[in-house]
Amino acid sequence: MSLPLDSFTPLQRTQKTDAINRPSTTLWQDARRRFKKNPLAMGGLIVLILICLFGFVGPFFSHFNYYSNDLSHTLNPPSWVHPFGTDELGRDILTRAMYGTQISLAIGFGSVLINLTIGIIYGGISGYVGGRIDNLMQRFIDIIFSVPDMLYVILLMVLLGSGLRNIFIVLGIEYWVTMARIVRGQILTMREQEFVLAARTLGASTPRILFKHLLPNTVGQIIVVSALQIPAAIFMEAFLSFIGLGVQPPLVSLGYMAAEGRGNIPGYAFALIFPAALIAILMLAFNFIGDGLRDAFDPKMRK
Amino acid sequence: MVRYLLGRILAAILVIWLVITLTFFLMHAIPGGPFASDKILLPQVQANINARYHLNDPLFKQYTDYLKNAAHFDFGPTFRYQGRSVNDIIKEGLPRTAAIGSMATILALICGTFLGIIAALRQNKTADYVATFLATIGISVPSFVIATLLQYYVGFKLHLFPPIGWGDPNQLVMPVLALSAYPVAQITRLTRTSMLDVLHQDYIRTAKAKGLPGYIIVFRHALKNAIIPLLTFMGPFFAYILCGNFVIEYIFNIPGIGQYFVTSITNRDYPVIMGTTILVATLMVTFNLLVDIAYTLVDPRIKLTDQKGV
Repeated sequence: MSLPLDSFTPLQRTQKTDAINRPSTTLWQDARRRFKKNPLAMGGLIVLILICLFGFVGPFFSHFNYYSNDLSHTLNPPSWVHPFGTDELGRDILTRAMYGTQISLAIGFGSVLINLTIGIIYGGISGYVGGRIDNLMQRFIDIIFSVPDMLYVILLMVLLGSGLRNIFIVLGIEYWVTMARIVRGQILTMREQEFVLAARTLGASTPRILFKHLLPNTVGQIIVVSALQIPAAIFMEAFLSFIGLGVQPPLVSLGYMAAEGRGNIPGYAFALIFPAALIAILMLAFNFIGDGLRDAFDPKMRK
Repeated sequence: MVRYLLGRILAAILVIWLVITLTFFLMHAIPGGPFASDKILLPQVQANINARYHLNDPLFKQYTDYLKNAAHFDFGPTFRYQGRSVNDIIKEGLPRTAAIGSMATILALICGTFLGIIAALRQNKTADYVATFLATIGISVPSFVIATLLQYYVGFKLHLFPPIGWGDPNQLVMPVLALSAYPVAQITRLTRTSMLDVLHQDYIRTAKAKGLPGYIIVFRHALKNAIIPLLTFMGPFFAYILCGNFVIEYIFNIPGIGQYFVTSITNRDYPVIMGTTILVATLMVTFNLLVDIAYTLVDPRIKLTDQKGV
């Protein structure tokens, strides 16, 4: 049986049945919504903002600075003038803690920025190029990974000498390995996924795939790792200050203050406990934010 | 399996060689020799010292000599401790470091898994909150602060344990506690999460439905799978125990590897720094290899092959 051609009339399309009617939520809107619902993460964020205010705005309201000695008021107990007392050179501990917070935060953010740059470039190239170059780059990472990071931070600090600038450099080049691994892993797994295939089938160009599909999906992971590396950097700096490889006086970081406060602990424990508590609160805030971000960006958590 | 092992051992040797090379040249790149910072020496004395420690040899010869010696575990003389070699210091310090480290490891594993299990079984109840709170403190307070507070309040104020020193078993208590604080916290968190994961799986429900008593479900069925993620933490954990010891030994004045390492940094005693670095790196590499092998023994789903990709 043969059908005449004119029996095949195209159906008049009255409405798009496959159209997406609701505005689609982007990854960012999704993540933000989930992050806001997480009380621990929001609490961490609020605490972090408060600490930033304390460190960066606080000094404007203080009558003291972090470097001037006042030898007639050494090791004062807490009072109205000095809410957290003074250290053995008569410097106001509260004010020093404000500047110390500044420096510690700067170390956290600064070193993570450096490792972000190195890590994304290294991991991106390694994951995107693949093949023998990828293999070689990975072996190099394996080697760095097998040496305890604390050890090579110490060696580099011994080599470069202590001081704020060198802490940035050393901590920056310490953590990039993790970042590079994450970025490479993300790009490798996503390169093979269906949505990339779909984009390719629809005729998207390579730059479009890379910038519109691959990188935005990596950014979530990068932010999560960064948020967890910031407290690690602050912690590592405290450790360096303790063994005498941290910031140089009169500059002060929270870790340096805590290490310095150890000497006066009989009777003046606040000189140790106050900066140590600030470090702990910072660590907690960043860790809660990091955990919250991970839950917010992790597709597995989606219900 | 054999091929994989051989490959890994070769890679490990390569890593150690690279570490030796890197440390050697890093140490020699530092401006000012170990004797430069001291009082001005007579040129005669300086020349003698240089000759004694082969500092006049070309750098490459010093390097090959060092490699040759390091191959049979001879790390040369120290610069600061008269008449003692780095080997003497390692021989003397390592058992102490190992004693504290292994005790802290055992304590951390037992306490951490115990707290983690309790927290998971009593999720969102008081016990869970207490365990999580302890874990949070352990993670967020630097170990030198914990060690100092312990030393002062428990040692000096309460006289419960001797605050510093080495030799008496009582003197071990606080260093071990201080060293294990961070790993206990990490292990508690890890165990809690993976325990919660496992407890919601079907085979646990089956075990419950069969009417098995609770402790058998927890220890025989759940815990076995829950500790697998813990193994991934063992590498960093061991690194922490090794390097965390630097601080702890320094604070509690224990003459172990860590204390020598920290003081040799301030003294610029390069042979000690290098010897310790190589020792720690070798231990780490060996340990990582063992962890990888243990992984396959615990979880047969993981195969020991050259992993491609992620």
